Amino acid sequence: MTTVINLPPSLDERTFETVLEQLAPIPIDEKVLLDGRHTRWASPYGLTALLTLAQTRAEKPALVSPESEETGSYWARTGFFKHAEDLFEMHGTVHRARASGESDVLLEITSVAKSEDVHEVVGRIQQKSASILVKELNIDAKATMGFAMTLSEACQNIVEHAGRGGWVAVQTYRWQKRLGRRVVVIAVCDAGVGFRQSLESAQGRRMSDRWDDGMALEEAVIRGVSRFRDPGRGQGLAGVRRYIGRWDGKLSVRSGTARIAIVPSWDEDVPLEEKLPPFPGAQMQITIPERITDR
Amino acid sequence: MINHIDLSTVLRRTVCDLYSDLVTRPTGAAVRDGIEKQLSELGDRSLTVIDFSHVGLLDYSCADEIVAKLLMRYAEASAPRDAYFLFRGVSDSHLDAIETVLERHGLAIVAQAEDGTVVLVGTVDDPERRAWEAMSRLGRAMAVDLAREAGIAPEQVERVIGALCRRRLAMELDGGYVVVGAVT
Repeated sequence: MTTVINLPPSLDERTFETVLEQLAPIPIDEKVLLDGRHTRWASPYGLTALLTLAQTRAEKPALVSPESEETGSYWARTGFFKHAEDLFEMHGTVHRARASGESDVLLEITSVAKSEDVHEVVGRIQQKSASILVKELNIDAKATMGFAMTLSEACQNIVEHAGRGGWVAVQTYRWQKRLGRRVVVIAVCDAGVGFRQSLESAQGRRMSDRWDDGMALEEAVIRGVSRFRDPGRGQGLAGVRRYIGRWDGKLSVRSGTARIAIVPSWDEDVPLEEKLPPFPGAQMQITIPERITDR
Repeated sequence: MINHIDLSTVLRRTVCDLYSDLVTRPTGAAVRDGIEKQLSELGDRSLTVIDFSHVGLLDYSCADEIVAKLLMRYAEASAPRDAYFLFRGVSDSHLDAIETVLERHGLAIVAQAEDGTVVLVGTVDDPERRAWEAMSRLGRAMAVDLAREAGIAPEQVERVIGALCRRRLAMELDGGYVVVGAVT
């Protein structure tokens, strides 16, 4: 039996939850078909999370690609179909990326599994991001190195803790509805062990009565706790937090059944959401908005 | 003996000859291992210039593996040799990562600016900073002179100088004390 799951018209961090709600009651070895025919837009989070979803299924899922030529072409430009063809049974038109000059895709969807992949990602983002961050987002040229550091640390979370490969993508776009400004968004998603299980694997760790996904996220993201005893560990996410604080950005991390967010003044998200539909691994989104300067 | 280590060369030799960024823990651990191999070929007492000039990006994980762990190892009583370090070619973005890890471990380093002046970076308490700055002004100095210059009680100055030497920020030289980097 195949269960059809409808992808929303706009697939992003928030609306992906509707996909997970539909997915939650379906046994892992049962076939699902993700229907993306009417999807018109997807964020880097939406696309990397879709690939991650496929990794979580025992039975290879099917995916119907968007009907819209423009959307399909954009998904191709992000590199989505290159990976999706391995993970999904594809239906509908699988678009090919057309050569175009300027692109808002700063980093195509890239798989991250080992240290070498992080070097590759960091090298590529530095070449492409510097001028865009400075010219389009008014971010200080010096801060572009911090951006690459943030990306590096976010990717290393997969290498060090997930136990299996994941995905990263970086894109800029105009966030008209919520912010009226351009943003640059980093999405890093994996279907690994997640924060709770990673912290549980720490030797000699004592769990409190309220130990759950939400608490594990608080420990790791807010307090910089790591499964390693080495006191130097846990600095990566702390560094990410510092960077987004400096540039009025937003960080959100979902793992298991919870989602934590460092929420800037321009956003109305909640700091912690619990009792979400379960989903393996960790899914992170970092949003840096265009800086408003006095001209 | 003064030794010079170009980190980008160590990176290319120990990890991959295409890389110019110091990112990820395994990379940092491999580079630190490369540094320690070079140190093992030196005498019992050495001053090593760790040069970041040709390094692109340095992330927190690599800064922790290279800078913090190197310092912690040589500040221990069981350190394999009496090694001191001067950090050169440190850009603002490198500094961001380095300061963060130093703060985390309560460590400090001596960094040399382009004009040759040396500065303390990281966690130092007020008497240590005053003694170090006094030492920097005086050049090679005796404890009694440092106490006077830094405004530290004579009965406390030996302890403060001992801490600076143990933390690899100053060294004993010909019966007096100098800041690391005073002679390069």
